[in-house]
Amino acid sequence: MLLNFLDELRAAGIPASIKEHLLLLEALDKQVIEQTPEAFYYLSRATYVKDEGLLDRFDQVFSKVFKGVLTDYGQSPVDIPEDWLKAVAERYFTQEEMEKIKALGSWDEIMETLKKRLEEQEKRHQGGNKWVGTNGTSPFGHSGYNPEGVRIGGEGKHGRALKVWEQREFANLDNTKELGTRNIKVALRRLRRFAREGAAEELDLDATISGTARQGFLDIHMRAERRNAVKVLLFLDVGGSMDPFIKLVEELFSAATAEFKNLEFFYFHNCLYEGVWKNNARRRTERTPTWDILHKYGHDYKVIFVGDASMSPYEITHPGGSVEHFNPEAGATWMQRVTNTYPATVWLNPTPERQWDYSQSTKVMRELLGDNMFPLTLEGLDAAMRELTRKKH
Amino acid sequence: MRFEGTKNYVATDDLKVAVNAAVLLRRPLLIKGEPGTGKTVLAHEISKALNAPLIEWHIKSTTKAHQGLYEYDAVARLRDGQLGDERVHDINNYIRKGKLWEAFTAPQLPVLLIDEIDKADIEFPNDLLQELDRMSFDVYETGERIEAKERPIVVITSNNEKELPDAFLRRCFFHYIKFPDRETMQEIIDVHFPGIQKTLVKKAMEIFYEVREVPGLKKKPSTSELLDWLKLLMNEDMPLDVLQNRDPTKAIPPLHGALLKNEQDVMLFERLAFMARRNG
Repeated sequence: MLLNFLDELRAAGIPASIKEHLLLLEALDKQVIEQTPEAFYYLSRATYVKDEGLLDRFDQVFSKVFKGVLTDYGQSPVDIPEDWLKAVAERYFTQEEMEKIKALGSWDEIMETLKKRLEEQEKRHQGGNKWVGTNGTSPFGHSGYNPEGVRIGGEGKHGRALKVWEQREFANLDNTKELGTRNIKVALRRLRRFAREGAAEELDLDATISGTARQGFLDIHMRAERRNAVKVLLFLDVGGSMDPFIKLVEELFSAATAEFKNLEFFYFHNCLYEGVWKNNARRRTERTPTWDILHKYGHDYKVIFVGDASMSPYEITHPGGSVEHFNPEAGATWMQRVTNTYPATVWLNPTPERQWDYSQSTKVMRELLGDNMFPLTLEGLDAAMRELTRKKH
Repeated sequence: MRFEGTKNYVATDDLKVAVNAAVLLRRPLLIKGEPGTGKTVLAHEISKALNAPLIEWHIKSTTKAHQGLYEYDAVARLRDGQLGDERVHDINNYIRKGKLWEAFTAPQLPVLLIDEIDKADIEFPNDLLQELDRMSFDVYETGERIEAKERPIVVITSNNEKELPDAFLRRCFFHYIKFPDRETMQEIIDVHFPGIQKTLVKKAMEIFYEVREVPGLKKKPSTSELLDWLKLLMNEDMPLDVLQNRDPTKAIPPLHGALLKNEQDVMLFERLAFMARRNG
């Protein structure tokens, strides 16, 4: 049972190892806890999970292993409300059919059958990634489901109250969630960590002392110091649906601005062309030519694009494709110039990663960036920052 | 030896289990959580509850792992050598004990608090792996081996500024102190201000949770801020109706200095008040 639990945890991406497992067994052996399910839940959580971002996943695995409740990681457990079943039944069967069925058995039996059928269907849906599906059986399709995955209204299948691990109170700490005000702080710390790379010199006291002792005269040693030397160019897609995200990203980076040696913001719309602007109100009059940017800021700048990259593919690939003006050169050409000038370039995309494949322009843009497109989640931000620091020009 | 919370500290069930597991098995307990939810205080309370002395090691960005073990003061020895001081012949005179050494050799079982471990260099936790695992280390200068008679209780706090290495995490129990819900908060307040008026607390808590929910706040007030604020309200003898009949055009709660810790947040509230006035 417990080994099975360990396997499930690992399958769900929680890095639990034999070491933790033995620790848990030792704790059980020494009777650290009273023998209640809650205490066991707390103990195993304290042992296996070392990152609050994984707590929610742990809760799901726990309820799966110890309850046999059907869940899929990342999706919410689903229960089918009674009255909704009735509504569906009425939609599925005509009046005569209903009469016929009623003749076959009791209403409850029919309900049971229908419930089973719907559950099967639900399973198939979870296998795919249809988010708003037909017949209202997808997790987000019907008002009968709470999108947080906590059952509301009426009794559940087993008529019992929610257990601690089923409340999923750590759901908003999950590190695959989109950035919001809640986890913006954590994101900021990740940025800071990214900013604190780079080398300079400081006095190495220990080496100086040992050098002096050995040489017999003052022998000064210097060593690399960690300090803020990161320079960043930020290109933000403004206008339309992106604006709330852009605001978030702007806030994020300006809050971290003290950590960077240089931070420059520029705006563009949909795709980068020959001009960008700094003041969105005067985007027509005060444009900065992109050539000037490429010439002015050195190769050691890190470039971060933020945008959803969803547009007509022509806006990237063809001259004159822009929706706002006539662009003599294609957006792709400009993107290539940027990636050639700045080896460290990433694109942060606020739309969920699973949707990227459905947008052709996103795919094109991703290829242009050599796959360096990351979702705007803590994990994505982390990966993006790693990518930026990895590249030493 | 069981930790059940103290009369000054409300411990939730999951926290108690984590602490007891760490105390019984003598593994380090890693505590994370929002600032102001009582991570550091926990170590103090464990030491009080178990009647064990507390040894605090506050970590800074410049702290090195070996400073927790011992430091060899080569400069002082060099100076003494040049001045012809007699002490120079015994190397033990120049070895300063660190907090871990202190904890290992303490006459009574201590609680060792390693506070804000994430402030230090990324290698810091790795450098302490062996020492925390075996609870022993060697002093190379004298060839001495320092071993813990009894494994001390180790509490480590982290603010999540850096990720801790896996190998280090594997050796710890982990607990994330989440922000207390209203019931727990009520308990916490009862513990800190036993005689306080119920209506005042109720009102104050409403305002407090409202403030926490204002979007775009740079620093959300936490438990310690609420406690400070209540203390202020009581000290100032704030009449209850100031809290009760709140004018929507004055969005800033009275004595807001205890709740809002930076000027942008205060300005945000002033803007909200201004908007409320305009709409009203």
